[in-house]
Amino acid sequence: MTYPVLEVSDVTVRFGGVVAVDGASLTIKAGELIGFVGPNGAGKTTLMRVITGIIKPDEGQVLLGGKDLAGLAVNQRIRAGLALAQQIVQPLKAMTLLENVALACGAEKTRNPFSAMVSFDRDAENRRALELLSRVGLREAANLEPAKLPLGYLKRLEVARALALNPQLLLLDEPLAGLNQSEASELADLIKALNADGLPILLIEHNLREVMRICPQVYVQDQGRPLAFGPTEEVMSRPDVIQAYMGGNTNAAGQ
Amino acid sequence: MAYEITLVTTMAISILFALSLNFITGFCGQISLGHAAFMGVGAYTSAIMMKADIPFLLTIPAAAILAGILGLLVGFASLRVRHDFLAITTMGVVFLFVGIVRQQEFLGGEIGISGIRGSSFGRLGFMAICLGLAGAFAAFSLLIKRSWMGYVFDSIADNEDVSRILGIDVSKYKLIAFVVGTSAAGIAGALYAQHFRFVGPDSFGFVESITVLAMVIVGGIGSVWGVAVAAAFLSVMPLLFQFVNDFKILAYGALLFAMMRWAPDGLAGIVARSMKKLRGRS
Ligand SMILES: Nc1ncnc2c1ncn2[C@@H]1O[C@H](COP(=O)(O)OP(=O)(O)OP(=O)(O)O)[C@@H](O)[C@H]1O
Ligand SMILES: [Mg+2]
Repeated sequence: MTYPVLEVSDVTVRFGGVVAVDGASLTIKAGELIGFVGPNGAGKTTLMRVITGIIKPDEGQVLLGGKDLAGLAVNQRIRAGLALAQQIVQPLKAMTLLENVALACGAEKTRNPFSAMVSFDRDAENRRALELLSRVGLREAANLEPAKLPLGYLKRLEVARALALNPQLLLLDEPLAGLNQSEASELADLIKALNADGLPILLIEHNLREVMRICPQVYVQDQGRPLAFGPTEEVMSRPDVIQAYMGGNTNAAGQ
Repeated sequence: MAYEITLVTTMAISILFALSLNFITGFCGQISLGHAAFMGVGAYTSAIMMKADIPFLLTIPAAAILAGILGLLVGFASLRVRHDFLAITTMGVVFLFVGIVRQQEFLGGEIGISGIRGSSFGRLGFMAICLGLAGAFAAFSLLIKRSWMGYVFDSIADNEDVSRILGIDVSKYKLIAFVVGTSAAGIAGALYAQHFRFVGPDSFGFVESITVLAMVIVGGIGSVWGVAVAAAFLSVMPLLFQFVNDFKILAYGALLFAMMRWAPDGLAGIVARSMKKLRGRS
């Protein structure tokens, strides 16, 4: 039998008294593009961080290709095939955008410190980094440093850097935030194209217009709890989902 | 001539010592306020071996290995703590080192070890050895800086969380930086013991740790040339000017403050900016 790409089961995360994620379960199969939505504070980013190992869950498990990720550090999970574009952008500040991406392109060279020590050539990585930057519309900015660039640029840098890792599953946390209308739909098109090439993607996004446009399926979370999972049109027209969005997160669900 | 030889030898040892800290703090971004302890381990190792009539050249690898082992241990501790705590941890290492050495009779206690026999190379030959080792480590540093390892170090110094989400095993790289940097400090220590023919607990304390950090910061954190020049210059200041020697911590403190305030990227930064200006004008 073949395993799903990602299987999250019954994950719970508590921060002191706050239950940020409360029994979340989610499955991504080969080739799927899943929109992950929910109001602010729904625990989306927290669940993403559990998947990448930045946060340890209080309960539940995460399987990647059938393999339990428990006990694996962030970098080991990346090596196992995950890549994450973060909601809160973190460019390497002292490097140009190209250098940021090329470092990720060199994952094979950086795997073992001793081979990194005797590797000098960066040409292939620089070329591939430039290609990726072009794909996200940042070719012109390749040699600039992140400090002076607007958020929309850094969001796309996050995406390019994640792609550079050649992941088996791409995790995107609000990549469209900070982009204008046309930039957003361009990047959404790219996400769709990457998925069409076979890359499974989990996309957290508040831009529902683009989510409705490109994601065949959505997973909705509210106040840390899974609320709905299924075909986008169907799920997004459900009254409880609309209510969760409209009513904010005061006491909409579960009471 | 003897005076010049002493000056050059002092410079070479300081350059090696400062570049060894630069490998850890400049390249990998890990602050250390206790780097003199590793020099001390190397110096005592060499001193004791010299007393036991072991050839000087054999004491050098031994000094490197012992200092590197201690460096590995401190490196492991550093993986558990972050920036500000790393400063305190490494400071603890140097106080611990001095405290322990003072208590050990076989290390000469408070008095230290004096009357270390000279190597068979003579003053001039020893100077050449010091220059050779400092030069070799400078070349090695430049090579690493250009390699993918240097690229990874840059990312760790920049933001280690990002390095991790790019799949980098940050701990391994940090440990390597610690081992390389502390081993080189151990070698500098062996040279120090031979140069002064004396080692004592006061030679490798907190003040010496701050002094070498000052060399790295004044030179420009991470810049091999800048740090080498700063180390050469600052190491002979106390020999040339008595008042610097008398008010060492004050002089270096003021210098550190001035650099942090007006040129946080050190000599290397100042030179780079002036070059840019000159080029812009022509
Ligand atoms: N490190 C933390 N410590 C304490 N509480 C946290 C932490 N991270 C998140 N939280 C809390 O957990 C809850 C879920 O936050 P999370 O960032 O996962 O939501 P989100 O769905 O990503 O929201 P948004 O759409 O605004 O990005 C919030 O109440 C938040 O305040
Ligand atoms: Mg979020």
